[in-house]
Amino acid sequence: MNFVIPTIPDATRAQHASKGWPLALAGSVLLLVSGLLSWSYDPSILGDISIAFWPATFQLFAMILGVIGIVLALMHQGPLSKLGNWFDAALGLRALGTASLLVILFGLFAISYQAGGLININPGGWVALLGAILLLVGGRFVPQRTLHSFAKAKANSTLEIVVIVVLMALVLFGLAYVLGQDDPWVFVGFLIMAGGAAMALARAGFFTWLSHISQRHRHVLTLAAFAVAFLFPFTQDGSDANMSIATQVLIFAATAIGLNIVVGLAGLLDLGYIAFLGSGAYVAAMMSNAASATIGWKPPFVVVMLIGACVAATLGLIIGSPTLRVSGDYLAIVTLAFGEIFRLSMFNLDGNNGPDLTNGPNGIPGIPDLNLFGFDFGKPHEIAGFTLGRFSNYYFVLLLLIGFIILVFTRLNNSRIGRGWVAIREDERAAEAMGVNTFALKLLGFAVGAFLAGLAGTIKAHQDTASSPDQYIFLESAFLLSAVVLGGMGTVAGVLVGATILKLLPEKLRFFSEYRLLLFGLLLVVMMRVRPEGLIASKRRQLEFHEDDEALASEIQQDHLVEKAAEAAR
Amino acid sequence: MTVIETDVQDGRPRPQRGAKVLDAEKVVMRFGGLVAVNNVDFDVHEGEIVGLIGPNGAGKTTFFNCLTGMYKPTSGTVRFYGEVLPPKPRAVVKAGMARTFQNIRLFGNMTALENVMVGRYCRTTSGAITSVLHGPKYRREEAESRARAAELLDFVGLGKSAELLARNMPYGDQRRLEIARALATDPKLILLDEPTAGMNPQETQQAMDLIFKIRDMGLAVVVIEHDMRFIFQLCDRVLCLVRGEALIWGTPGEVQSDPRVIEAYIGGSELEDDEDDA
Ligand SMILES: Nc1ncnc2c1ncn2[C@@H]1O[C@H](COP(=O)(O)OP(=O)(O)O)[C@@H](O)[C@H]1O
Ligand SMILES: [Mg+2]
Repeated sequence: MNFVIPTIPDATRAQHASKGWPLALAGSVLLLVSGLLSWSYDPSILGDISIAFWPATFQLFAMILGVIGIVLALMHQGPLSKLGNWFDAALGLRALGTASLLVILFGLFAISYQAGGLININPGGWVALLGAILLLVGGRFVPQRTLHSFAKAKANSTLEIVVIVVLMALVLFGLAYVLGQDDPWVFVGFLIMAGGAAMALARAGFFTWLSHISQRHRHVLTLAAFAVAFLFPFTQDGSDANMSIATQVLIFAATAIGLNIVVGLAGLLDLGYIAFLGSGAYVAAMMSNAASATIGWKPPFVVVMLIGACVAATLGLIIGSPTLRVSGDYLAIVTLAFGEIFRLSMFNLDGNNGPDLTNGPNGIPGIPDLNLFGFDFGKPHEIAGFTLGRFSNYYFVLLLLIGFIILVFTRLNNSRIGRGWVAIREDERAAEAMGVNTFALKLLGFAVGAFLAGLAGTIKAHQDTASSPDQYIFLESAFLLSAVVLGGMGTVAGVLVGATILKLLPEKLRFFSEYRLLLFGLLLVVMMRVRPEGLIASKRRQLEFHEDDEALASEIQQDHLVEKAAEAAR
Repeated sequence: MTVIETDVQDGRPRPQRGAKVLDAEKVVMRFGGLVAVNNVDFDVHEGEIVGLIGPNGAGKTTFFNCLTGMYKPTSGTVRFYGEVLPPKPRAVVKAGMARTFQNIRLFGNMTALENVMVGRYCRTTSGAITSVLHGPKYRREEAESRARAAELLDFVGLGKSAELLARNMPYGDQRRLEIARALATDPKLILLDEPTAGMNPQETQQAMDLIFKIRDMGLAVVVIEHDMRFIFQLCDRVLCLVRGEALIWGTPGEVQSDPRVIEAYIGGSELEDDEDDA
């Protein structure tokens, strides 16, 4: 955040220290109050922000920022000041000030753009702007307090579990909210608000604390996350539109996590990963009950899944075994070529050239919905008074699949195999000299990744109801890789975030989809410069990307020691 | 050649010399026009500490690489317990020969414990399926690897540093960690490439004690060293390489008193490290 607004010299800050806190607090209160006022005369824009005491969209955003600001300010000085011993309220306030100003300015701009001029802004908007400016200026003068390390914090399990659950509920709420927004202005405003609030909390050390407590309650966290994901369709009121996007995100995320095994764990660059998803999808399509399915044998779907996954894994072995012996660059080129070969093969295996397997460019349309154990995926079902539509059915299966893929990811990562992968990434020749079978391990990573993608593909075929070559173009591989790079190499959470952003943005911002390649390209370039390890990187990957950063190394070391001490204490 | 020595060395009983562990015959290693190792004969017996000395660029590290399968010698044979091993480092480790590196090659972003556990890789076989299912084999091997790694860290005196990132450790500790990692592969012979390079006298003394302890565990040891005093106190036999050729191969007493060795060292200018690529 300090890129945007220059920091203030410490001496100046010390001089005006006493003025910072009241300003920041006043600013936060103003933000909160502004949410209760009318922002615009025009009720037709931005989800109606014209009514006082009935906050919507930007009014809500201002109130959320205001509440966070008040809490941070009271942590610095006031009734919550004990918490200020642990959390860096000053840094949090500074980041929050910048974020608030951005959100409010964006909101005011949105109003005047849509309604035609600044004249349409009601006092609420101006109050919010004043609040944001006060918070920004005040925050900059709040001096930092000396902090205790979380290592010394007394653990309070009940509280921690409550925090985790509440946080997950908030995530659910936020996701449901953002999916429900059709107005791109509100969507972007929400993103800025959420990103800014997250930034402020991160600066205050909230996420460091969160990572400490989630270490202690890993199972609670996983359970809560899955519970939230499970509950999500129930918030959608039987609307298939959002569930369709959600299943898209899940398929994409599942595939991206599989790719992260290859890229993030085994350290191999795969530019044709979509072909493995395609292999699974085509196997499922060819063996389905579609009119144009080309294979007469119709085994149960579970068998089809296994076959699809094994076909993909076999292709992975065939591509991997000659190339993984040589340096990584060859693999990138060969996988790139393989992706194209796959697509062209699917395009051409139509009976005119070679056997009729794929129906050529037309693909295999009309794939019927899954029917597992008498449960028809094509029909809506009524559960506890909630109607769950077709996409919800697929959503639940995909949730299971993603759970399985995450299990494979984390368990391999924490095994002998995972250690072997790290050793290879660090120093392949030394690993070999210590007895690590580098070739077999790389091949394994490649094949496991292909297997999981194949698995996902078989479900995708039924959900899409069609399989055609144009679904598996190089661009899709590039997007998958972007999700990994953007989200974070070597972590599940990172890829989930990356995949959600990459899938959701183009769905919600139609006007944006024309420029999405350009924008993703820019985003990646910026990420490479600013944070090459991705949004949520694994500590190991972070270290790898910053070999010379002693401070980072000792910080991560400290965290690790604290975790180990806590583990030993249990 | 015979080894006539006392039964005591540095205050410890010297173990009986056992069967021949390593036997290298007429090893030649050429890099284009450069003959880095020329016709060198070498052997190591059980219970022995053998030293390898020589000025910089003499070909000591290259010779190590030939022994451990990192290089395939241009000609000559290397036998380990009578068997010629394929020139693959992994096969060599599996057979029971482990090494350390002159320029430390730890896995910097792993903890000390994890580094040593990587050494256990070749003695464990848990595959992907049992790892994902947390099957009994996975649990047993994981616990065993962890316990053994912790034990080895204690052995080299790094018991308290188990959770430190290798890259954050002091230089001397990194050298000891490399030794622990090599020991984790359950070797019968360990080859140490300048294990005291960059150490102060006190650390050097500790390193010497450690090497004796390793020998006492029943391992054969080969050490490359520059420090003459160190090598003569430590070793049962010493090979002196100069410009790739074996200048003299005998007991410390014989090597020490040989005028050619002194000349080679003085002629070989300074004794500082140069970067190797192995
Ligand atoms: N891979 C290589 N390619 C070419 N020359 C090498 C290679 N490895 C070592 N050498 C050369 O072989 C000679 C012996 O090097 P080295 O074995 O490292 O010496 P020492 O370990 O005794 O100091 C040096 O002249 C070195 O430059
Ligand atoms: Mg050397």
